[in-house]
Amino acid sequence: MMRTLVAGALSLLLPAIGLAGEYNLTVDRVTIDTGEFVKEGVGYNGTSPGPTLRFKEGEEVSINVTNNLDEMTSIHWHGLILPFEQDGVPGISFPGIKPGETFTYRFPITQSGTYWFHSHSGFQEPEGASGSIIIEPEGREPFRYDREYVVQLTDKHPHASERVMRNLKITPDYYNRKQQTVGEFFSDVSENGFLSTVKERLAWGDMRMMQADVEDLQGFTGMINGKGPEQNWTGLFEPGERIRLRFINSSAMTYFDIRIPGLKMTVVQADGNNVQPVNVDEFRIGVAETYDVIVRPKDEQAYTIFAESMGRSGYARATLAPEEGMEAPVPGLREPARLTMADMGGMPGMDHGDMGSANKMAEMPDMDHSNMEGMDHSAMMMPEGGASDPFYAKGSGLVPTAANGGKFLSYADLKAQKPLYEEREPAREIELRLTGNMERYTWSINGVKYEDAEPIRLKYGERVRFKFVNETMMTHPMHLHGMWSILDVGAGQWNPIKHTVSVQPGTTVYMETEVDAPGQWAFHCHLTYHMAAGMFRKVIVEGGPESTQAAFSEQPSEIGGDV
Amino acid sequence: MKLWMPLIASAVVSLSVIPALASAQERMPDTTQRKQPLKVWGAQFEELEYRYSDSDEEIGVWDADFFYGTDNFKARWLSSGEYSFEEQAYEKLENQLVGQIPISTFFDAKAGVRFDTPEGPDRTYAVLGVAGLAPQWFEIDANLYVSKDGDTSADLDAEYELLLTNYWILTATFDATAAFSEDREIGVGKGLVSTETGLRLSYDLVDRAFSPYVGVVHERKYGDTADFARADGGSTEDWFVVVGARLSF
Repeated sequence: MMRTLVAGALSLLLPAIGLAGEYNLTVDRVTIDTGEFVKEGVGYNGTSPGPTLRFKEGEEVSINVTNNLDEMTSIHWHGLILPFEQDGVPGISFPGIKPGETFTYRFPITQSGTYWFHSHSGFQEPEGASGSIIIEPEGREPFRYDREYVVQLTDKHPHASERVMRNLKITPDYYNRKQQTVGEFFSDVSENGFLSTVKERLAWGDMRMMQADVEDLQGFTGMINGKGPEQNWTGLFEPGERIRLRFINSSAMTYFDIRIPGLKMTVVQADGNNVQPVNVDEFRIGVAETYDVIVRPKDEQAYTIFAESMGRSGYARATLAPEEGMEAPVPGLREPARLTMADMGGMPGMDHGDMGSANKMAEMPDMDHSNMEGMDHSAMMMPEGGASDPFYAKGSGLVPTAANGGKFLSYADLKAQKPLYEEREPAREIELRLTGNMERYTWSINGVKYEDAEPIRLKYGERVRFKFVNETMMTHPMHLHGMWSILDVGAGQWNPIKHTVSVQPGTTVYMETEVDAPGQWAFHCHLTYHMAAGMFRKVIVEGGPESTQAAFSEQPSEIGGDV
Repeated sequence: MKLWMPLIASAVVSLSVIPALASAQERMPDTTQRKQPLKVWGAQFEELEYRYSDSDEEIGVWDADFFYGTDNFKARWLSSGEYSFEEQAYEKLENQLVGQIPISTFFDAKAGVRFDTPEGPDRTYAVLGVAGLAPQWFEIDANLYVSKDGDTSADLDAEYELLLTNYWILTATFDATAAFSEDREIGVGKGLVSTETGLRLSYDLVDRAFSPYVGVVHERKYGDTADFARADGGSTEDWFVVVGARLSF
């Protein structure tokens, strides 16, 4: 009797809610062929990466996830704003999905753009358990395109993830084959002189830090939409068409520098949120970030999408062509980056005075932001002629430059198309020092690994300002679940709205969050092996509307079982 | 019977609502693996080699390390030995069981026991040591030993890797042993006992799991230890050509 009543009430409600879509995903053991090696992995609906889920803004989705593995699984909807029990992090949002079980996620789609989904259980994600999400907006988009493709990047490694983790723990430079050699010593000597080279080597040796420590995990094959460089994923176009490329970096560990020689790219969206269009020649995509770009190839020719890893140890490659089978030249890899002392700027005990004005830009909260907008980047060039970007330490060895000498996208270029929230002062600032010990391969926040950490407590309704201070020599893509990360690029209310914020070595980066989602959430570095080694926090949002709890008890299946 | 129904119903309702409320406001404890310390195991042979000496002696040598544990504590079994093919006997056979904890950014402390069971008299020692990475990339391992009879000794191992390329590696090793009291039965004199200096050129053939190498090793005994060796008809200085492989699983 009750049940019929509830069902009746629900069916009455449904039309009011609008669209309701049902989707099915199976989590399966799959075979992944990179063209260079074949590996067992985890995928969705029999493939890795999994399918593209197409939602519509305003839709109420039900996603039935069937676990065909012999271990627990989960799906996290990366970047989606939803009730916390639907967020898919075992131990934080729900218990997980048992082998053989089907779990139904139910949540309203309240946003649009390019996102992705992945397992949050063990190492299933680097093993292949990810897929893309496209959400069509309710309204009209502020840009036009004739065709669209998802370009999902991954860094497939021949080793099983458990073994990668173990190797990194035992020998942190296990996979680093870009280290400085005797040969590099002599070439540095001939370039910079014997004494200064020796001095430099001694300074680094004294810290027991490696200038070559840019990419922990080398030896991967870069993949685009499940295809290795030789397998060459190809997207077709008619000359003159506008193509929207939805780049998703679902790599475990790899940042990619992306360019399409011969084409300008117009960046229109970052992390699913529209930005004021920026024309670039190249951009760097952090792990877990997404960027939507529009390109307009006019000629009847093939173009290579070239995604070179930040550490220059590997690449992914795909092709845009008028016809299947056409190819364009594949560029070679550039020289690997070397960290500089500026990248060590955040290390405790370092003499900051020596670092010059390293990263003053990001360090001054009260700076006149209006100056940023028209900032002349050429004026910020280093005296040595090195490139500069306010989101890298001044004099950093990691600052990217475009291969063709043109424009390389900076975070500073990202401005929201439309502010999502009203601009207001944050209630408080929370400092998160990104810490670690490369020699022990321990990664932590404020020096504390997740296993020993208390949750971060936020209050529903407040706006908080997070201050990331990167004290390590590695880049960390920090991802807060459930709530937006408003990256402070100095554009005030036009600051871009992101879900993943890259923090470069030796820099301080601020982001603000409107705490508008009750419950508990994960907050972590999205580099798989940094997260697993402890760079992770639970965030608890205290307080919040009753309705969440009501919605919560309506779906007992989420909390039932072994909580 | 009917009286019970609402009671049961309300109990069921409150039971199902309470955890929901609780987890919305408070934390559901994270009991997943993520919240547990990361456990790591390893099995490595730093040296596994055949040595051929300038006096035509042939010996097999290993230096192995098996461990399991977390960042905060590791249990280690360290095994090393020298087997003479000619005499078909262990010239050296050492096994250590130690617990290891971090004491600074780059160094760990170790404590445990060491069992020496070569051909001849056996010894048991208590071990206290430090191991880690010194400035300028020197791998250091220093230990203090106290035997059951109260004889004390110490050793120091240092290692440096020179990257000729990212796959060809020249490894220099230096080991020194000193005794603070004499143990004549096993041929150890007071003072500097012996040194072993090695230079090995390796190539990482399979990741860092299998790296074959060739090299030279120089062994020398000093002071009373050298005198004891001479008296026992042994040599006090040897040069070896070595062929072997570094293994890591």
